[in-house]
Amino acid sequence: MMRSIKQQPFRAAVLVLVWGWLLFLVLAPNMLVVGASVMTRNPSTFISLPLNLDAYRQLFNPLYLDVFLHSLYMAALTTLICLLIGYPFAWALSRVEKRRQMLLIFLLIVPFWTNSLVRTYALKLILATNGLLNSALMSLGVIDEPAQLLYTEGAVIVGLVYLLLPFMILPLYSVFEDLRQDVLLASHDLGAGRLATFKNVVVPLTLPGVLAGVMLVLLPAMGLFFVPDILGGSRNLLVGNVIKNQFLDARNWPFGAAASIVLTLTMALLMFAHRLSKRRLGEEGA
Amino acid sequence: MTKTLLSLSGISKQFDGKTVLDELSLTIDDGEFITLLGPSGCGKTTLLRMMAGFEHPDEGTVTLSGVDITQTPPEHRPLNTVFQNYALFPHMSVFDNVAYGLKMEKRPKAEIAERVEEALAMVQLEDFARRKPHQLSGGQQQRVAIARAVVKRPKMLLLDEPLSALDYKLRRTMQVELKRLQRELGITFVFVTHDQEEALSMSDRIVVLKDGHIQQLGTPREVYERPANVFTARFVGQTNFFPGRVTNIEGERISVDVFGLNRDLNKPSFRVAMKQSLHVLLRPEDIRVLAPDDTEGVAGKIVERNYKGSTLDSMIELEDGSHVMASEFFDEDDPTFDYSIGERVRVSWVDGWEWLLAEEGDEPLTDEEELAADDAEH
Repeated sequence: MMRSIKQQPFRAAVLVLVWGWLLFLVLAPNMLVVGASVMTRNPSTFISLPLNLDAYRQLFNPLYLDVFLHSLYMAALTTLICLLIGYPFAWALSRVEKRRQMLLIFLLIVPFWTNSLVRTYALKLILATNGLLNSALMSLGVIDEPAQLLYTEGAVIVGLVYLLLPFMILPLYSVFEDLRQDVLLASHDLGAGRLATFKNVVVPLTLPGVLAGVMLVLLPAMGLFFVPDILGGSRNLLVGNVIKNQFLDARNWPFGAAASIVLTLTMALLMFAHRLSKRRLGEEGA
Repeated sequence: MTKTLLSLSGISKQFDGKTVLDELSLTIDDGEFITLLGPSGCGKTTLLRMMAGFEHPDEGTVTLSGVDITQTPPEHRPLNTVFQNYALFPHMSVFDNVAYGLKMEKRPKAEIAERVEEALAMVQLEDFARRKPHQLSGGQQQRVAIARAVVKRPKMLLLDEPLSALDYKLRRTMQVELKRLQRELGITFVFVTHDQEEALSMSDRIVVLKDGHIQQLGTPREVYERPANVFTARFVGQTNFFPGRVTNIEGERISVDVFGLNRDLNKPSFRVAMKQSLHVLLRPEDIRVLAPDDTEGVAGKIVERNYKGSTLDSMIELEDGSHVMASEFFDEDDPTFDYSIGERVRVSWVDGWEWLLAEEGDEPLTDEEELAADDAEH
């Protein structure tokens, strides 16, 4: 063992770096969160002993359950819209000529270069009462007076879809890229029409991409607290808002920690389901 | 006797302004094994895809058993395809792959199970029904693809270079197996390949294609022994092209001067005139290599020898600098028979074994055709 490390200093350095990263920047913070979630709230030191499960019990408070369910609903709606837009988008993208494909993917990624907070503020300017959209609609004579677009559930959904759509498209694009044209032709050749081919071949073969996209959209959609903060007003909260408020405003660290652990576990559960579906498709060991 | 199953008439197809098929007509008989042979880009795959319904011609009609199917989509054609890279459904078991076509026909479950098993038995894969495609070898995947295509009892099986991904030995085995299947099923096979050896050994008839035109249509023997033009002669097998000049025409016989030898030959089917130049074609196995003191033939020297197991292939350079390929079987009486490089010999052939072709603006083979022909030999 020692010999092999001495012989391969680069390999050793990489291993130390990766494990160090995982230990100190992933495992340790998460353990701190787990630790905080089972401690007691303390106004001066934030957390203190004794250990208890009060924070988890508090999660079942109907008020928070409501927030969690509404948040889940908004995230699910966001995911659904992203899927409905992203699926045909990715399919079309994979069929475009290769050189133009690269350009389109580049355009898809360009917005990432601007901070998402800034982009959300930009969206606010568009949706505001005398913002771009309202002025445009009024000057076109579609509406007589400005519509209330900002500070609605719709505005939050629009913001979430706008920020998260690329995360749906990219994994879908990658599965459509792998979808071989001759497999679709084979389906037609064997007597399946468009609909039957879509249902029996396209959907099952792109399902891993759908699941990956759902994972990449659904969970961030529950956590992107600044979107409701900027676009949503007080009634359209996400789990992310609850967590942020507990840490920064209510100063209830154990409760905030417990809420974020629930979020993390939801993510783990989805990833597990994703793995299972992949195995079922026989992609592992292939 | 023979019934026409599929007929293509006046088929033209362009892709991006490039003509791939040019007013091509072809009829395929019921029950025959017909091969579309040609270099890459000759239009053979496009032609097959048109039969399958994946492409539609710009002009012309496709008729199946007297019914016009030119615009019929593939799912409504009673034909099935075996794809070059098998195109198996990766998420389905072997059983489900083969059952797919029957499920689309909404056949009863019991019938599906029975017919799938029958089809798998035919390709000796009964024990693999539960496997996924990625758990099978290339040859086994190929068999699944064939079972999946024949289980629907199509009128015609279209095979798009189905053996090209297999190694040499497996390819030979599958060639024999495909022939057996075709005999047992009595289905018409349309087989696309660029491998002339494969085409010669499997087909009832061969369609030689180049640049969207049929160069020759005939039995393997006709195509090999009596090529219709220079392209076919070069593409199918190896050939020596000797320059000939007509010196005398008398009834059904003509005299041709080849390397200064005066040969008395049968008059060819094309028109000949006195002093006309023409190609005298001889396959390497028709060449006789004689001792240097022989009175017959032309003098030359060995410049290359290749031991091929059953034959000894040699290249002889004649005094005028042209090269002759010869392929001789080993003689039981002289097992040590061999040449040394530089050895002087004389080259001749038996009268009547040559084939005459008129000169045609005589373009040399393009690189691509040369490559494809090379490919086909290996």
